[in-house]
Amino acid sequence: MEPVSKVTGRMAPLDRADVDTDQIIPKQFLKRIERTGYGPFLFYDWRAKGDFVLDRPEHKGASVLVTGENFGCGSSREHAPWAIKDAGYHAIISPTFADIFRANCYKTGILAVTLPDRQVRHLIDLATEDPAMEITVDLEAQEVRGDGFAYKFEIDAFARGMLLGGLDEITLVERHASSIGAFESQRPAWLPSAK
Amino acid sequence: MPTTLAKKLWDSHVVRSTPEEPDLLYVDLHLVHEVTSPQAFEGLRLSGRRVRRPDLTVATMDHNVPTRGGVRAADELSRKQMEVLAENCRREGIPLHQIGSRRQGIVHVIGPELGLTQPGMLIVCGDSHTSTHGAFGALAFGIGTSEVEMVLATQCLPQKRLRDLAVNVDGELPLGVTAKDVVLGLIGRTGISQGQGHLVEYRGSTIRALSMEGRMTVCNMSIEWGAKAGMVAPDDTTFTYLERRPHAPKGAEWDVALDYWRSLVTDDGAAFDQEISIDASHLEPHVTWGTNPGQVAPVTGRVPSPHSDTDERALRYMDLKPGTALADIAIDRVFIGSCTNARLEDLRAAAQVIAGKHVHSSVRAMVVPGSTSVKRAAEEEGLDAVFKAAGFEWRNAGCSMCLGMNPDILAPGERCASTSNRNFEGRQGSGGRTHLMSPPMAAAAAITGHLIDVRELL
Repeated sequence: MEPVSKVTGRMAPLDRADVDTDQIIPKQFLKRIERTGYGPFLFYDWRAKGDFVLDRPEHKGASVLVTGENFGCGSSREHAPWAIKDAGYHAIISPTFADIFRANCYKTGILAVTLPDRQVRHLIDLATEDPAMEITVDLEAQEVRGDGFAYKFEIDAFARGMLLGGLDEITLVERHASSIGAFESQRPAWLPSAK
Repeated sequence: MPTTLAKKLWDSHVVRSTPEEPDLLYVDLHLVHEVTSPQAFEGLRLSGRRVRRPDLTVATMDHNVPTRGGVRAADELSRKQMEVLAENCRREGIPLHQIGSRRQGIVHVIGPELGLTQPGMLIVCGDSHTSTHGAFGALAFGIGTSEVEMVLATQCLPQKRLRDLAVNVDGELPLGVTAKDVVLGLIGRTGISQGQGHLVEYRGSTIRALSMEGRMTVCNMSIEWGAKAGMVAPDDTTFTYLERRPHAPKGAEWDVALDYWRSLVTDDGAAFDQEISIDASHLEPHVTWGTNPGQVAPVTGRVPSPHSDTDERALRYMDLKPGTALADIAIDRVFIGSCTNARLEDLRAAAQVIAGKHVHSSVRAMVVPGSTSVKRAAEEEGLDAVFKAAGFEWRNAGCSMCLGMNPDILAPGERCASTSNRNFEGRQGSGGRTHLMSPPMAAAAAITGHLIDVRELL
């Protein structure tokens, strides 16, 4: 994975709470066997209705999605962050994320950042009033900043290190092969084998 | 120190624990299906890795299998996904229950019925409803495709510790009220994100009195209120269910396993980070009225006035007006199926309501058994005849209209009484409207053509 340390760009405001992964990428697009090419199908049904906020000319080319709480709830489909990234969004700011979705974002190299409600509200308002304004999501400094504001954020230290280093987590785990082997050799014999 | 069940399960799978990194957990069973695995296998291939423990991995085809007409009825992309899964399993030596085979079915239905799901295990799958397996006193949760690749390669998963949450459900369930109503009622109270960051243990006399099927229904929907996993401590109900299943321990090993399983309880005095208590003796059958599982009410109630933008959007999408009696809502379709409610007990409960009656003339109704084994067992006791005589379509096993990846979908605007787990916009088909409920409630809706309190028919 490519290292990710900061994302600078315009914001796209998706002012909704509880956006589920079925909306982010509807099921009919989960039939591909690749990790790429999902961008055109992001929020497919909402976009099909017309005048969807992310499609408005002033928000085209935005790279930071700013949205309501519990973003990414529902299905574990990693196709959701794949579609978001493929559509050009490299950071998402929300008051809260669903657990599996946030983990999937980190694996995909998307900066999923939580800020308090009040600050997210400020960003959504800013993006709506001044769509051309750019902000920076800085993972190193753990800060979201723009003209006249700087908001600190917390993020899991391990996930942060993985993103900054662009590290392959499987390779990291493989370093513990001897611990894994030792654990494995002591598993009870009655545990089921699928064979 | 007194310890929770969840902590015991977690601790017994820790390969390595350091303050700087997430715990490295060992996975006892990895369930795989066609939709969330192809990119993981591809990743392995690109990095020159192999599957570490094909013997602890089981695959099935469920998400996009057609429920009639066999594999030829699938669209080209679905067929390709199934072929790719078969090829990956062949190459890596992973057992596969493919479409048309005796034990094929929804991944969360076949694990338990094969006896692969056992107390004390850590079970993962690239599917959020993996929490179902927690009903056996296992730690079970859904993972993304990158994590699927991790488990295929290492049989391990780095995970951050989570908090403990107890849901205490006590009291005898009234007639016509089921496990589905317990969990829908719970989510109605908590909303859809209170469980975030938690491992949930369902406890109390109501949960103890539930069958394994009922416990699976409750644990299945843990993710619908944001919990990572849901579980029930194993007891005699669990052990009776498991004994003599194909992969359950046999002979002396059974006795050793049983001794261990009996220790898998939350110790007296163990503290939870959060507790929720529910009196089940006053529960009513529940139905959802909105576009997430937390937008739910007793069927005796009315469509509520919106309290948020989310509610307003939901009412618009569902084409419902506040104040409408839920029992006045007419439906077009009925779906009895899914990993939440398509086990034999669910089909029996629905058949009991339907017996001798007929599906309403304006309704198209279908039953999709959770697995080929469930289908066979149901046919052996004549349930298929009951459903067919009543005008239901009797289909082959799969996820089907729970998520509509196969040809079983709602047309735009169609309204469905469904025993599945999600009523998100477009979940069962673009523009389709879903009302979640129990199998007896869905059966009652099929007969009358509208949402109805099943207790009126009992």
